[in-house]
Amino acid sequence: MIPSLLEGQIWMYKIDELYPLQMAHYTYLCGDFKQISVHVRFRIVLRYTLYFLLSTLVIQLQAQVDRDNEHQEKVNHDDADHDHDKQDGHTIDNDSHGNHDGDTSSCNPHHDDHAEFNPGATAFHHISDQNVYNIGWIQIPLPCILYVPGQGFDIFSSGKFNADYHGNGKYAYDGYVLYLGQVRRITDPSFPKGLVELKAHSVFTEVEVIDTKEHDKVYLCYEDKKILCDSKSTLDFGLFGGGLTSFHDLSMTKNVVTMLLIFLLLSWMFLSIARAYKKRDGMAPAGIQGFIEPIFEFIQEDVAKPFLGKSWEKFQPFLMALFFFILALNLFGQIPFLGGSNVTGNLSVTFVLALLAFIVTNLHGNKHYWGHIFNMPGIPGWVKVVVTPVEVMGLFIKPLTLMLRLFGNITAGHMVIVIFVGLIFIFGESGANPGAAWGSSIGSVLLTLFMMAIELLVAFIQAFVFAILTASYIGAAIEEHHDH
Amino acid sequence: MTGTLAAVGAGLAVIGAGLGIGQIGGKAMEAIARQPEAVGDIRANMILMAALVEGAALIAILLSFFT
Repeated sequence: MIPSLLEGQIWMYKIDELYPLQMAHYTYLCGDFKQISVHVRFRIVLRYTLYFLLSTLVIQLQAQVDRDNEHQEKVNHDDADHDHDKQDGHTIDNDSHGNHDGDTSSCNPHHDDHAEFNPGATAFHHISDQNVYNIGWIQIPLPCILYVPGQGFDIFSSGKFNADYHGNGKYAYDGYVLYLGQVRRITDPSFPKGLVELKAHSVFTEVEVIDTKEHDKVYLCYEDKKILCDSKSTLDFGLFGGGLTSFHDLSMTKNVVTMLLIFLLLSWMFLSIARAYKKRDGMAPAGIQGFIEPIFEFIQEDVAKPFLGKSWEKFQPFLMALFFFILALNLFGQIPFLGGSNVTGNLSVTFVLALLAFIVTNLHGNKHYWGHIFNMPGIPGWVKVVVTPVEVMGLFIKPLTLMLRLFGNITAGHMVIVIFVGLIFIFGESGANPGAAWGSSIGSVLLTLFMMAIELLVAFIQAFVFAILTASYIGAAIEEHHDH
Repeated sequence: MTGTLAAVGAGLAVIGAGLGIGQIGGKAMEAIARQPEAVGDIRANMILMAALVEGAALIAILLSFFT
């Protein structure tokens, strides 16, 4: 089934000679301890322990810096507030947060350094698409392309906001603010254009109840006025809490950049593999070619051929493109400290992938396929009245489940990892209890490692399931007629 | 209160999916034990069936949270 591995005897010897420690790793992971000398065994254990300690340290450091910065900002913020109080001659009610009686004359963005950590909100913030790309403390600004109906386009770099690593902008620019990595439009038309410096934590979220449903509203506190900040328009008709707002966001977001990156990577990889097949005709595959060939052959033999029958070659490029694109994006999102882009866990991306599958399936549907939907053969007429609507619904439910399955699995994986890391903050009480934070970080890293190992499996399975289901839908649409 | 009810609904959906996927996995293991040479075909079909069951559960979970 995998010819490259059968021919790989020479290849194995080469690795054994060139990389004795790597080979020892392999033997160690296979549980064959006795073949390795004590000295090498010690080195392997030491190396894994170091990896583990380093990752614990990095997470802990990030948390520590996070807390210090918050504290610093808190102090500055308090100073600013005191000055403000003196000028105005009235004290700001500290409990005004959450109390929205339509009073917009005074506002106080309530920010508590040791506030209760909210794992759900943190997880949602970390898995959502953003207008900046954060790698650790490094900020990569991305172009913002914003369209306001009636006013035209606003195009600028998100570096203008000078955001911190939470994605909260220190400046407002041309009537936009950056809050938790996402651009929001200030609804007040009198707000000054250009760069406007904001106080720390002057943009905040409040929960409002409209028709017994909770909505998160984002407000900006500027010159003692509470201004509503619109989020970008979404085309979900309010189903997921979005809907049409005052502006459209057509920016190159983190997800778009990741997709372009993956597109370039895959193009380069497959073009170089294609060249290798020409150059090394009849020889054993080498390098990346040897890694991709078994996977490619697996999809060809187990997905394309059994489901698509005679015309498998016609649809194979589409299936391969789907499979490798999804697989690469799934795996890229799993790399820690590299932004963790949740591209295949974004409903818009999976929607387009499912739409492509839907279009290809129905464009190639033959008359038997449509006959089975609208005029099921071999059943009496009155049953057709029931069956036809169900079949028509099935037509749309198939791509819908494709979309939701990929979205649900990848999003759930990312969220669980964020929440496991969040255990440090829950046990450490947001920095109030450093001892518990250090202790729980060891458990947290272990759980995260375990979850990431499972997610590697899920990344492959979900890409495979998407390909195999698309193949089976296309296969059902192009199937030649046979008597029942 | 709505949040609690939604969570109960999601939990019920997961019970159903768990039963379904458990059945599929168990039967697939039996089939592999009976015919080890057909392991490739059985595995592919097992994943396909599990994915279909999971799809129904996912729709139920999402409906319970977004309606």
